[in-house]
Amino acid sequence: MLGLQILIDGFAISSLYALGATGFTLMFGVSGVLNLSHGSIMVAAAVAAWVFAGYLGGNPYLGALGGVGFGLIVAYATYFTVVRPIQRSKAIPKEETEIFVLTGTLLWGIMIQEAIAYFYTSNPKTVRPLVPGVVDLLGVRTPLNEIATAVICWAVIGLLWLLVNRTRSGKVLLAASINPRGVTLLGFELSNVYILVWTIYGILAGIAGVLLAMFLGVSSDGVGALTASAFSIVVLGGLGSVSGSLIAAYVVGYMETFTAYLISPAYRTIPVLLLLVLVVYIRPQGLLGRR
Amino acid sequence: MFGRLISSRLTWIALVLLVVGATLPLYVTGYILGILTLSYYFGVFAMAWDLLFGFAGEVNFGPTFLIGLGAYTAGIINANWGWPMAACVLAGALMAILGGVLLALPALKLRGPYFGLMTLVAVLLLQNFIVIFAGVTGGEIGLTVPDVLFIDDSANYEFALGFMVLSGAILFGLSRSPIGLILQASGQDAVETAALGFNVAKHKLAAFCVSAFFSGTAGALMIFYLGTASVGTVVDIAVGVQVIIAAVLGGRRTILGAAVGAIFLILAGEALRPLGELSTFVVSAVALAVILFFPNGFIGSLLRVGEKS
Repeated sequence: MLGLQILIDGFAISSLYALGATGFTLMFGVSGVLNLSHGSIMVAAAVAAWVFAGYLGGNPYLGALGGVGFGLIVAYATYFTVVRPIQRSKAIPKEETEIFVLTGTLLWGIMIQEAIAYFYTSNPKTVRPLVPGVVDLLGVRTPLNEIATAVICWAVIGLLWLLVNRTRSGKVLLAASINPRGVTLLGFELSNVYILVWTIYGILAGIAGVLLAMFLGVSSDGVGALTASAFSIVVLGGLGSVSGSLIAAYVVGYMETFTAYLISPAYRTIPVLLLLVLVVYIRPQGLLGRR
Repeated sequence: MFGRLISSRLTWIALVLLVVGATLPLYVTGYILGILTLSYYFGVFAMAWDLLFGFAGEVNFGPTFLIGLGAYTAGIINANWGWPMAACVLAGALMAILGGVLLALPALKLRGPYFGLMTLVAVLLLQNFIVIFAGVTGGEIGLTVPDVLFIDDSANYEFALGFMVLSGAILFGLSRSPIGLILQASGQDAVETAALGFNVAKHKLAAFCVSAFFSGTAGALMIFYLGTASVGTVVDIAVGVQVIIAAVLGGRRTILGAAVGAIFLILAGEALRPLGELSTFVVSAVALAVILFFPNGFIGSLLRVGEKS
């Protein structure tokens, strides 16, 4: 029974990790930006969903929609007030842009975190799930919400796959991740591509944040851990490789669930960290990385 | 060399600040002295970080890995075996150097974000182990060390100031020496530096050891000043972030700027205390604004002006 329980819980957690990390890795692949305010954007979306649901009389669908919308707004704000000015700044040498983006988004993330803590306290917040109820799955009592989380995550990832591989703007996105200069030479405006990628990123991070709030609950104190887990999943899978991140998300999700159930919840993150050290030493480009 | 030192505006500014700093216990309260003492140790953290980042070009997201190793090693030895303080600090510094070598190994192989993540992981692992082995380390509550540096506020203050000035002088001298130049070159283009016949690996390893030595010593001294070692003061990622912000704020690749940034950051955090939870928000916003509009930082901008004139 315990085995099945781990299988089910691990799957739901991993799907959520996968969704959270996909946007992060897509953005790195296309625009070379590692966004350290990732966790803050997720939590901002989740808390917004919580607030909206409160105002709108507890309708979870409208609340969730509002949360995702807010996540998108915060993502745009991150791009236009922090990332783009740094990328365009003449005072910052080109080879140092990366570290400035890292520091800048880190500071921005702290600002969002503190603002949330100030206005809505750092208490954990749970959003009412879209699908209430419990179902008996081969003897394991599973909340329907857990299944809905996994389904929504995979539906969104599927839609993203369609967008990238089957639409014109998606193909430009893909091309930009392979060779930005080539895309510019073909007459595509690179800044439009960046705006598109931030839009996708904002929506993905927003959905991941709201789902997390329904599943486990969020707190502004957990921002750093969220960013760190997305960062490690992405490095484990290979920076910029979406399929690598998906696999890594499941490795991380299951390892954490196993440790939490079989050893102790206190040791939950340690095996993953050790694995990460090992992988980076032996295969720095990650599981499916190109570089 | 000496003549240039005399005529340089920076030397005179530093000298005036030093005299003002050293005589400060005569006219301010113990409370302010306490804050400044803490900020001086922070200044050493930031300067040690700047040597790695500004010169060796290594983005170390985990300065608290080195600081925490030094602090906890010294604290545990002092609490369990009662070694004299100087021996504990030395042991802490050696342990930090060991940690620095451990960090340097991946740094020689990995680039940018990968190395950054490794340093972050190092901090998280250290934090986890401290919490798990709570019997020895005191866990989340913290470790009380029996010895303290001095009872007197002014003595503590003067000691911290002296330590910061000495560390600053050594690190600054090192950064302006040929070694500093080679480090800077290998940080910007490792291949070309190696092609010019410099041993990049050796220099980077040395930079890690020096940075670790000062981080570890400062960490160990700080817990003997505070009387306790806890995850929240010497290991937490938030502390590391503050060190990084301080160095970038003051001006990267200046060493002295890092100390100025650290003192400013601690004082600003204290001055904004009435704002309550918003104080961190305001400090981060100011730091972000500096990064966006004056990417060279306080001292960096000052030096640029000086160089042009």
